[in-house]
Amino acid sequence: MNKPVEITKLSPKDFETDQEVRWCPGCGDYAILKGVQMALANTGARPENTVFVSGIGCSSRFPYYISTYGFHTIHGRAPGFATGIKLTNPDLDVWLVTGDGDGLSIGGNHMLHVLRRNVDLQIMLFNNEIYGLTKGQYSPTSRPGLKTPSSPYGSVDAPLSPCVFALGAGARFVARGIDTSLKELPITLARAKEHKGASFVEIYQNCIVYNDNVFGEFTEKKTAQDTQIHLKDGERMIFGKDIKKGLRFNQDKFALEVVILGENGITEDDILIHDEKNRHMAFMLCEIEAPEYPAVCGVIYCNPSESYDHSVTAQIEKVKETKKADFNALLRSGRTWIVD
Amino acid sequence: MSGQPFMKIQNSAIQELDSVVVRFAGDSGDGMQLTGSQFSVVTALEGSDLSTFPDFPAEIRAPVGTTFGVSAFQINFGSVEISTAGDEPDVLVIMNPAALKVNIGNLRKGGLIILDEGSFNIKNLKKAGYEINPLDDDSLSQYDVKRIDITKMTVEAVKEFGLGNKDALRCKNMWTLGLLLWMFGRKRQTIIESLEQKFASKPELAEANIAALNAGHAFGETAEMSYALHRYHVNRYKEEAGTYRTVNGNQSLSWGILAGSQLAGLKLVLGSYPITPASPLLHTLSGLKEFGVVTFQAEDEIAAICAAIGASFAGGLGMTTSSGPGIALKTEALGLAISTELPLIVVDIQRAGPSTGLPTKTEQSDLYQAVWGRNGDAPLVVLSVSNSTDGFDVGIEAVRIATKYMTPVMILSDGYIANASEPWRIPDINDYEPFPVKFHKDPEGFHPFLRNTETLARVWAKPGTEGLMHRIGGIEKDYNSGHISYDAVNHQKMTDVRKAKIDNIANDFPLQKVSLGTEGGKLAVVGWGSTSGAIHQAVKRARNDGMDVSHIHLRHIWPLPRNLEELLKSYDKVIVAEMNAGQLNTLLRSQYLLDTTLLSKVTGQPFKIQEITDAIIENLGGIK
Ligand code: SF4
Repeated sequence: MNKPVEITKLSPKDFETDQEVRWCPGCGDYAILKGVQMALANTGARPENTVFVSGIGCSSRFPYYISTYGFHTIHGRAPGFATGIKLTNPDLDVWLVTGDGDGLSIGGNHMLHVLRRNVDLQIMLFNNEIYGLTKGQYSPTSRPGLKTPSSPYGSVDAPLSPCVFALGAGARFVARGIDTSLKELPITLARAKEHKGASFVEIYQNCIVYNDNVFGEFTEKKTAQDTQIHLKDGERMIFGKDIKKGLRFNQDKFALEVVILGENGITEDDILIHDEKNRHMAFMLCEIEAPEYPAVCGVIYCNPSESYDHSVTAQIEKVKETKKADFNALLRSGRTWIVD
Repeated sequence: MSGQPFMKIQNSAIQELDSVVVRFAGDSGDGMQLTGSQFSVVTALEGSDLSTFPDFPAEIRAPVGTTFGVSAFQINFGSVEISTAGDEPDVLVIMNPAALKVNIGNLRKGGLIILDEGSFNIKNLKKAGYEINPLDDDSLSQYDVKRIDITKMTVEAVKEFGLGNKDALRCKNMWTLGLLLWMFGRKRQTIIESLEQKFASKPELAEANIAALNAGHAFGETAEMSYALHRYHVNRYKEEAGTYRTVNGNQSLSWGILAGSQLAGLKLVLGSYPITPASPLLHTLSGLKEFGVVTFQAEDEIAAICAAIGASFAGGLGMTTSSGPGIALKTEALGLAISTELPLIVVDIQRAGPSTGLPTKTEQSDLYQAVWGRNGDAPLVVLSVSNSTDGFDVGIEAVRIATKYMTPVMILSDGYIANASEPWRIPDINDYEPFPVKFHKDPEGFHPFLRNTETLARVWAKPGTEGLMHRIGGIEKDYNSGHISYDAVNHQKMTDVRKAKIDNIANDFPLQKVSLGTEGGKLAVVGWGSTSGAIHQAVKRARNDGMDVSHIHLRHIWPLPRNLEELLKSYDKVIVAEMNAGQLNTLLRSQYLLDTTLLSKVTGQPFKIQEITDAIIENLGGIK
């Protein structure tokens, strides 16, 4: 029975299930699924110790397609379930899959609290700026003016930035990826997995049916190098096909700006160095948007602190050291009397 | 009260009483709950049977002196069996005019009033809405009123400790308690000890309170003649031998569920959100970390139950606690627990509704919600708690059923028993048969909805187990594989099996017994939950008077006990007594096509024995 288990390295394929994938053909979710399977294989994840938890929506079908443990729950509430799982068995590696509607609209409250508590989870928010599964209504990240079945004259809702929300909620790890960037996404996800605490990863995901090409201005392969920046801790924020563009802090405007190396006397020294632990910088990086700025990808903020599940468990262990668990004594605590 | 009426007596000899009802009433800031519970502790320690009823406002600090800020604590104790807090107080302790106004209507004619005359000033009388001081007209002439300037005497008694006026007046309740202890011949020592403990960091407050307690006691001795005060003696109640304590409904239920989780060998994980009157369960279990209990105060009711369900998915025992409005919020998640067939304990400490209703008042109006209140055909098990001590066994049974059948179990208790205390013969945990959970381990032919052919329970495979990786969720599952399925025939089959599984649990429940009386006869009074004491006493008295009436009290609300239909049909008439507009009544009628008669009470107050007695007499047509 107790033969040592041989840990064979698993490949991305080993994380596939026999279930027929039911996303629309061409949906960005397929690429993300692949990216996650790659990340799991690359990081040596064990299927039996891994749990994917989701809410409701297109993205939330995700657990059915990963051959780990999975719990497809109810709309917006995945953080609650994931917290309960983690508090019961902190050794499990728990991933949470949600979308812009599930995670920021109906589940916005839970997202806020799971991030501030810093429960040790990887939270992937697939942002497609639309409600897919209910057939195309605008979401809390949809851009103003978007015409949908529930906004035939254009949406007048002010949108929310998921990463700014996460930082505001006190997240200790905030990152961003793009569905089709299969080179970078698995690396970012691996970093998320490594981080102890709530790791928030926004993934730009194209909904080919209801909001096609909404991220087109920076996901186009041909121009991607000029429209995306992939952050690396301790390195200067330089990007572009010719590696000539950079992000500089403009003190007069108190804002970031894109500059070109060699123009107007700009040298490398003017370009900001990415510091994952700098929360102010993280806010600025989360707030800038295409087309004026590049789409900021990679790990934007990573500044670990003790995770909630760890604190809860540690507190219990500490009490156990000093107090004996004696049930009969518990019932007899306080004032008792004897009838004979 | 089950003994003879409390009498106005003329001599100073100690009067023997079978039982007596005392009600302490004052402003929220007067410390009546503390006074009442201290008096209860002493009464219990000296061997009386007792039942208490804390009755307090929803406001934490209502404006001083107002009628809606009145807080009261009632205790019924005796040398005879006590099972309610008593219909009418025999003794009313009044700390201000508002308390008199709110409580006088309920006092027994000829009852004793001990009041703080010092608080009956123009300001307080006005706040209470008295135009004429009731001490100056004859409105209290049918009672035995003892006007004592408790305010002045307390201030006098604590003078030497140099407290501010406010702190000095806070000792009024201990002065009063001292006097009551003298009246009933109870010892002061345990109270002195607990005051020393309570004010350990402020010894001057401890000393002042103890001085006030002693002064009240001494006042009884010295003023016996001038105030025509009398002393009473209530004998010990002959109880089964054993070690006893007092316990309230929330305590016994918390401990029962924890005991259940220990017997099942599971980590207890409570997800909860504060709500009146259920929060004490969260408080109690948060303090029991040595048992490995995990408590999670969630951001809302929904997250609380979701975490509990997540805990069960992970192989723990998930539990959530709330009251009606919170249960409503948990409803969707509860459906998921039913659909994924996970064990879960849901505690509903009912309060008066609808909506926010009367948060601190009691009611039994969540029965429909518990049995039927979900989308889709979503059956679960519903148990109820009948008195302050019953929660222990109900808690254990709930865990046993939830884990054996892989189902959520809802426990209905209510605000009355949640706060009311009774003496409890403390059980020995070793007397309970363990029911360890066996997690599924075998990958051979595994799928998550493999069922036990007898119980119909699905297997419980927890994450971390090699070879049993699976995905579950709220979408309908294929009966044969557990995969998602939109198949019509399969949905019928799964709906049927979920229902059959719950229905079959009736075979695991004991047969319904007659709590008091006979099987068959002219009349049965059926109740559930916290009405048990009042119904029991009413039926007992009616039977003593020769009436053919029996009491049937349900713990198992859903599924109903398998012999209940036959049992109910063995009576000519059935009264269903409940603190709602007729919910169990509807349930029994719909299940058994039985022509029951409803006795409903929805005032936020428990039944009086007399109200049930009246219904018994009326339904027997005056015939005994
Ligand atoms: S509706 Fe959009 S998001 Fe949903 S599966 Fe189809 S393409 Fe993907």
